[in-house]
Amino acid sequence: MDPLDLARWQFGTITVYHFMFVPLTIGLAPLVAIMQTIWLRTGDDRWLRLTRFFGKLFLINFAIGVVTGIVQEFQFGMNWSEYSRFVGDVFGAPLAIEGLAAFFIESTFLGLWIFGWDRLPRKVHLATIWLVAIGTWLSAYFILAANSFMQHPVGVRYNAERGRAELTSIWKLLTNNTALATFPHTVAGALVVAGTFVAAVATWWAVRAQRNGDLDVAGTFRPAIRLGLVALIIGGVAVAVSGDAQAKLMFKQQPMKMASAEALCNTETGAGFSLLAIGDVENRCDVRQLRIPGLTSYLANGDVNSTLKGVNDLQREYEAKYGPGNYKPLLPVTYWSFRLMIGFGALSALLAVLGLWFTRRGRIPSSQRLGRLALWVIPAPFLANAFGWIFTEMGRQPWAVAPNPTGVDGVRMLVRDGVSKVPASYVVTSLASFAILYGVLAVVWFGLMRRYAAEGLPDAHPPELRTQEDERPLSFAY
Amino acid sequence: MELTTVWFLLIALLWTGYLVLEGFDFGVGMLLPVLGRGSDDADAETNHRVMINTIAPVWDGNEVWLLVAGGATFAAFPEWYATLFSGFYLPLLLILLALIARGIAFEYRGKINDAGWRARWDRAIFFGSLLPSLLWGVAFANIVAGVPIDARHQFTGNLLTLLNPYALLGGLTTLTLFLLHGAVFVALKTNGTIRVRAQRLAARTAPVTLVVAGAFALWTQLAHGKAWTWAAVLVAAGALVAAVAATAAAREGVAFLLTTVVIVAAVVLLFGSLFPDVMPSSTDAANSLTTANASSTPYTLKVMTWVAVGLTPFVLLYQGWTYWVFRQRISSSHMPAASGLSPLARRT
Repeated sequence: MDPLDLARWQFGTITVYHFMFVPLTIGLAPLVAIMQTIWLRTGDDRWLRLTRFFGKLFLINFAIGVVTGIVQEFQFGMNWSEYSRFVGDVFGAPLAIEGLAAFFIESTFLGLWIFGWDRLPRKVHLATIWLVAIGTWLSAYFILAANSFMQHPVGVRYNAERGRAELTSIWKLLTNNTALATFPHTVAGALVVAGTFVAAVATWWAVRAQRNGDLDVAGTFRPAIRLGLVALIIGGVAVAVSGDAQAKLMFKQQPMKMASAEALCNTETGAGFSLLAIGDVENRCDVRQLRIPGLTSYLANGDVNSTLKGVNDLQREYEAKYGPGNYKPLLPVTYWSFRLMIGFGALSALLAVLGLWFTRRGRIPSSQRLGRLALWVIPAPFLANAFGWIFTEMGRQPWAVAPNPTGVDGVRMLVRDGVSKVPASYVVTSLASFAILYGVLAVVWFGLMRRYAAEGLPDAHPPELRTQEDERPLSFAY
Repeated sequence: MELTTVWFLLIALLWTGYLVLEGFDFGVGMLLPVLGRGSDDADAETNHRVMINTIAPVWDGNEVWLLVAGGATFAAFPEWYATLFSGFYLPLLLILLALIARGIAFEYRGKINDAGWRARWDRAIFFGSLLPSLLWGVAFANIVAGVPIDARHQFTGNLLTLLNPYALLGGLTTLTLFLLHGAVFVALKTNGTIRVRAQRLAARTAPVTLVVAGAFALWTQLAHGKAWTWAAVLVAAGALVAAVAATAAAREGVAFLLTTVVIVAAVVLLFGSLFPDVMPSSTDAANSLTTANASSTPYTLKVMTWVAVGLTPFVLLYQGWTYWVFRQRISSSHMPAASGLSPLARRT
């Protein structure tokens, strides 16, 4: 394999891996903060126990998100140095701001939250977890602004002499309409992940406790089911609404990506939405099955009879504009990842409906089947997030920075032009070592999450403030 | 002052923050097997925990200085960022792997109450602290000395190019400096046996550090320094000698301040020798990356200056406050019972 393919595989695998943990962090941080807030406001110790229980799971997960994030910051320089030279003037800014404005907040206040239970007044301690949550959301915003520049470059000009993209307006970069649509979609997706996670784990526990006659535990987990479901439903609705807005923008900004998401080979009026395809999507355009007439046209323009350009026509257009080359993404990947994103997302909605039904009017669920089903649903929104990113990044191919159809010419870069001129052996070494290390960490993460989820509620002892001369053991230490 | 110079200084400042802060928590990691030993397994485990808990609440915030230094280099000097990290590919890979293993180790070590489990994570902490301590020195020495770079700003050397005697001495310098800095920090943050041990170890490490770091500083000054960087050499040497005395007198606070001054002076010496280059080329001086030819546009630098000026004071305030919150010295009596789950029973 040449360094380009290796570098792409590395970026794809370690970024998707990183984003397995990040949505849970982004979504769970505010949920844990809400649990602690309710405890403080009501004095109800059930919420303290829930805070501690989900807080532990949050931390086990947070750790992997943080350490795999370090690689993200440096791999642009390692594997994509030519890309970095081309976009650094623009792309570096949101990355640096993310570090200064978000990472510092997240990690500093997380340390205070973990170890500060007996050293900070309760309200101050509560503020630390809220700041962690705000930090994770800020971080999401800045990195999505950076990514949105790659999808839809704005606020930039092309400097032909230096052969690079240059920032002309930080404000335009940060208020890129692509970013404004992507941010709610991503954060809502994270809420679905965390809502599903909390609701599912709590449901499993409530069922189990109910059947064992442990009413105390069952009664403690019931409000957590409801909280998880609320997050799941709010997130789910927001995902759909923002996804729709995002798709409409994408039809205009990256028509090739959306046409290939629909495997729309030729220009169609009143294009239907294909539910599935049998056969070779890449080479034959007549394999799309079970179409809902007009839906794709409607999604793109709000009009079932509008005309959408197909992949083949767009290819001709791009060749005329950008010179000879293949401008089509891998159709099977875009087509299927788009459907898997939506399909796995819908599985979470199923849990929401079941969960609401079984917890209606103060009921505590006791169906073992529901308990088990809930656990099986947990991976679904994680996979929906992963496929969403695979879709949006693979759909941008062959571009690293997609050309803005209405923007300045020249600010565009093909992925193959962005790769570092390093020996393939280096990239193989790093890909292999990350694969091994990440593989081991995934196993350890899963084992710990499972064991700590199965361990159940910790005892709740509201911590007492300690003094500097205090000789008592710390309330928590590593 | 030109904006490119401002950003050169700001990046030096970010690296200073990183090396001062993570310097001591690397030191604590490397000293874990030495200062954390005990009369029996239980005693050793308690001592290990005391050591780790001196840095537990702060190590992650310390590491962010690295991420910001990296991000700021990307934003302010994209060419520097691109050439440096693609050129120093393998050492950087090792650093990243080490930091990942080490970071996870802090959080996961206590999660399962099992000696074998903990021993594995302890190794991750030890090597995860040792490797970067060595490699950052190697990297900075190479940056200052210059590496083969062609006219298109591509690094044309290989791994062996980077492992030259001067760079290795640079690596040993950061290694011994962080050991001393870490030992002094442990002495400052603990009470009881570990404090005494850390004092003694610091007193023994200090002369070694003085010789190694002194040799490296002189080499740097004579080969790459400017007239004014003699001041940094003298301050570093003076602070190091004073740190030896302060350690011997069990004045940990003063000693820690002094080892901090040594690290600051070292960064001043390195960056001072470098300026106005950011990555000199040993192939041809015309190929060198400089603050002028590696930088972003004035507009980007201006925006980033506002961001840095607006946010950095807050970062310093709340990070400083964190150290204040966790200012209490800890000792073995402060360690709560282990909270990890019992290991899964092995099937026989």
